[in-house]
Amino acid sequence: MSAINHQNGFQEDSRRSLEKNPSEDITEKIIATILFCCGLVSVLTTFGIVVIIFQVTFEFFQEVPLADFFLDTKWTPLFAERHFGIWPLIAGTFLTTLTAMAVAIPLGLSSAIYLSEYAQPKVAAILRPAVELLAGIPTVVYGYFALLFVTPFLRNFLPLEIFNAMSAGLMMGVMITPTVGSISLDAIQAVPNSLREGAYALGITKLESIFKVLLPAALSGITASIILGISRAVGETMTVVIAAGQQPKLTVNLMESVETMTAYMAQISGGDSPRGSLNFKTLYAVGAVLFLLTLALNIVSYWISHRFKEKYD
Amino acid sequence: MATSYQGNDFFDSSAEFTDNIEKRESLGKVFEIIFLLGLLIGLFILALLVFDICQDGLVRFVTPGFLTETPSRFPDEGGIRPAIVGSILLAIIVMLVAVPIGIGAALYLEEYAPKAWWTAIIEINISNLAGVPSIVYGLLGLGVFNYLLGFGPALISGALTLSLLSLPVIIVTSREAIRAVPDSLRHASYGLGVTKWQTIYHHVIPYAIPGILTGVIISVSRAVGDAACLIVVGAVSFLTFDPGLFQRFMALPIQIFSYLSRPEPGFANSSAATIIVMLLLILVLNGIAIYVRQRFSITR
Repeated sequence: MSAINHQNGFQEDSRRSLEKNPSEDITEKIIATILFCCGLVSVLTTFGIVVIIFQVTFEFFQEVPLADFFLDTKWTPLFAERHFGIWPLIAGTFLTTLTAMAVAIPLGLSSAIYLSEYAQPKVAAILRPAVELLAGIPTVVYGYFALLFVTPFLRNFLPLEIFNAMSAGLMMGVMITPTVGSISLDAIQAVPNSLREGAYALGITKLESIFKVLLPAALSGITASIILGISRAVGETMTVVIAAGQQPKLTVNLMESVETMTAYMAQISGGDSPRGSLNFKTLYAVGAVLFLLTLALNIVSYWISHRFKEKYD
Repeated sequence: MATSYQGNDFFDSSAEFTDNIEKRESLGKVFEIIFLLGLLIGLFILALLVFDICQDGLVRFVTPGFLTETPSRFPDEGGIRPAIVGSILLAIIVMLVAVPIGIGAALYLEEYAPKAWWTAIIEINISNLAGVPSIVYGLLGLGVFNYLLGFGPALISGALTLSLLSLPVIIVTSREAIRAVPDSLRHASYGLGVTKWQTIYHHVIPYAIPGILTGVIISVSRAVGDAACLIVVGAVSFLTFDPGLFQRFMALPIQIFSYLSRPEPGFANSSAATIIVMLLLILVLNGIAIYVRQRFSITR
């Protein structure tokens, strides 16, 4: 490659690129527009969800009075004597969610604390993804395990029904552990070292620094992670469909079979409810409640983590 | 405060303090073990789960045709081919649809979007979408793809629904990867008189690819394992042919669910075996993505 040629080529090139090239301008604009449209898809998705759910829900409430939906205590849309009280489904959801959180909060927090404060960095680098694997396991698998391993095992000690809120809730808790754990871990690690060192300087032990300094300092992130975990548990479907059963009951007994909102939706979808029938519309009414509930939880979680974020320096 | 006449007190409290510190430190040791146990319980259950499923499922692989036949009404016969084909098709379509749109949206938000109220709305909207339950996406898919666009309960409806479900995760993780690209790289590129898109295409994307792929792996494997929204869209639990784009369809998680909901005990083994296949498929997807990630990763 001769130097002269090279230089000529370079000069030609640079001259060309310095001239304003109108076709390049148009390409740039087209690309920017395409990318903008990609961003728009997410807005359209939300728009679609809201319009579709609430349109049919509105039709549902033209046939079923609001009072029946919110005041009745029975949910029997598939029986001859129809009742449309949402509370048994909410109670079922509440029960499985509570069980799940009773597992996920302690396990998630202790994983986060151990990984952040005790584990050697090399060990943590292996253990953290290992724990996060739990979130990557498809939820039907947890349903399988809850129904065919956890329930038979627990039945050695407890008079559980075959389908019960307890097994489903426990497995859901294991599944949600990484959600709580990861976000809490980030929150705890965001607490600056100066705070830890300041605490040690006052003669505090490691454990005391965790409970009296780190956890309070990371509280907003931890709370946000817990609320996000609750939202996951409320929206989780396959585990509860498989292991918690399909009996809408107002109960707080973990050993009984219950039906969650999501389980009802899966049940009605799997059956043959023709479009436009009242049964079909219950799918959307329940979906609307589920959507609003999880939306509220997600907003609260987002709000807490942003509004109450501790700012250091 | 500790003046000389309080000497006794001082010594007392010091003794108490030393006493205490041992107790407090040993309490700390106890809690360290408790925290470690909390961490290990999850991993223990994961191991137990894999062991239990292998124990139940491996039997089924011995029966001929488990991978190559269509499902049967009898517990120990038939296979899961339509479900495998369905899941692979779903994964391919999700990758073709969700990945470009997701990366495009991430690029727009990171590189082009002005700081304005409506871009803030798009951002909040995406983080909210990430928290919408899968089954609610099912309602969206049912409404838009089945009825509005008239695809009916076909594979394409399910695939597009899963694509929408995967989008938020892809966007969020891609944005993080793009944000991590140092500005000096962009400035250097602009300094050579290159246009914005050329900078993005030749420098930002190659640099961000490893991070982007991580998000793609996570979301596509989640889509492959998701059943709730497919149930709503209309996946069937029994199919005697391989699904095509505009036909009724099955997928592995739906097959697992359908085997599980039958009373005869033999189906539990088929269910476990199907789980093994699904987990392997997810592993393969991860493997491919990790390979591509390393292949394209720029050494820093």
